[in-house]
Amino acid sequence: MSQGFRKIIHDGLWGNNIVFSQSIGLCPLLAVTGTATNGLGMGLATTFVMVVCSALVSYTRALIPPEIRIPIFVVLIAMIVTLVDQLMNAWLHEMHKVLGLFIPLIVTNCAILGRVESFAFRQPLKEAALDGLMMGLGFTLALVVLGAVREALGAGTLFSHASELLGASFGWLETELIKPYRGFLLMALPPGGFLMLGFLLAGKKVLDRRWSAWRESPRATPAPLGKSA
Amino acid sequence: MNQEVRHVVKSACQNCWHGMLREFDDLDERRKTLDYQTKILAAAALVASLVLGIVDLGTSGAIARRQAEDMQATLSDVIPPSLHDNDLLNSTLTLSDAMVQAGEVRVHVAKRQDAVTGVAFGWVATGGYSGPIRLMIGIDPAGKVLGARVIAHAETPGLGDKIETGKSPWILGFTGLSLEHPLPARWKVKKDGGDFDQFAGATITPRAVVAGVAGALEFVARHRLELGLADGRPAGLEKIVH
Repeated sequence: MSQGFRKIIHDGLWGNNIVFSQSIGLCPLLAVTGTATNGLGMGLATTFVMVVCSALVSYTRALIPPEIRIPIFVVLIAMIVTLVDQLMNAWLHEMHKVLGLFIPLIVTNCAILGRVESFAFRQPLKEAALDGLMMGLGFTLALVVLGAVREALGAGTLFSHASELLGASFGWLETELIKPYRGFLLMALPPGGFLMLGFLLAGKKVLDRRWSAWRESPRATPAPLGKSA
Repeated sequence: MNQEVRHVVKSACQNCWHGMLREFDDLDERRKTLDYQTKILAAAALVASLVLGIVDLGTSGAIARRQAEDMQATLSDVIPPSLHDNDLLNSTLTLSDAMVQAGEVRVHVAKRQDAVTGVAFGWVATGGYSGPIRLMIGIDPAGKVLGARVIAHAETPGLGDKIETGKSPWILGFTGLSLEHPLPARWKVKKDGGDFDQFAGATITPRAVVAGVAGALEFVARHRLELGLADGRPAGLEKIVH
């Protein structure tokens, strides 16, 4: 794999993660992360929209004059989100019943416009699509982690109703961590989302700092085999 | 004459086509002109509208069928299928009622051998914690609740959402109740001196649902004649009329 693709993957999932590094797309993030399942569903739907939007913009970028790129992007994103909404309603109706409320929210996700504008508009098709995919998966990761923490603390469960979203074969995902649990309302409500997001952002900073300190330290060179550290 | 028209049309098409090719020949120059920008934005909007229009045509039938299935499923939740032999989904009656906010209610009438065995209708419970709570309620000719379900609500997750059957069996407790049992004055949550359980930490939501179901029972009591329920003993009716 070339260096460029590797960088795109790393940036999307971790280094330049939409939530943990860029801190954008917070409106849908806080709205749906009451449970890990909702986070996963929203994340996957957003990922799909991001890949299609990035690919489409990258493919047609020669036609789009920079002066009016933003209105064109907005039209394209709104079109694709509406398409996803209608197609899911018609042919993935069970999933749409769970996610239906969130899909129009994807339009409000500035991360999609952000990636299209800062990446896809300047990059070839493959890179743009991969960036959309990785940024989307990074966003999904953030949604699932935040949803899981809030759900575990707020309701004592994990991935509840996952089988409604993913089908009965994923029923094993549904776990009750603490039983019986009276619930911790703050975490289930939006303020809990803000609080937990703050903790997660701080946690990522700490991890990154540890990681770079570890890499720069001389001990980072692997010790020869046979000698204990 | 015919030949002339054909010639004119042909040359017009050719002009148009060559004009378009020229537009693309010097794209970099063209992109900077205001003219091109207007056209491309209009083209983007046109393409988007066309795509959406086509998809809407292709999916609207399927979406309507899915919604009808959903409606059928909710209806069979509140009226047991054994009670009727008619097509519940399409046997509807629209009643106007001044006390309902929408002004009218669409009632599904269940019949067996042409005798009315129950009615089901959507009902909006107001006074919830956040916005209206949409219910589907089935009521039998004697004025007893056959079943009640929440269709849509925006109550607090983890607290008020215990009105959903997926979260708690609470709403099943309405089945079999009428305005005779308990009496209208007891159609309240226990905290307000009534007969119905509230949830730990959430009183407002169950209060709204209890009032909503009672309101639906009263609505049926007001419209017994129009619903074809006049034959049966109108249980609880006297208490409301007098």
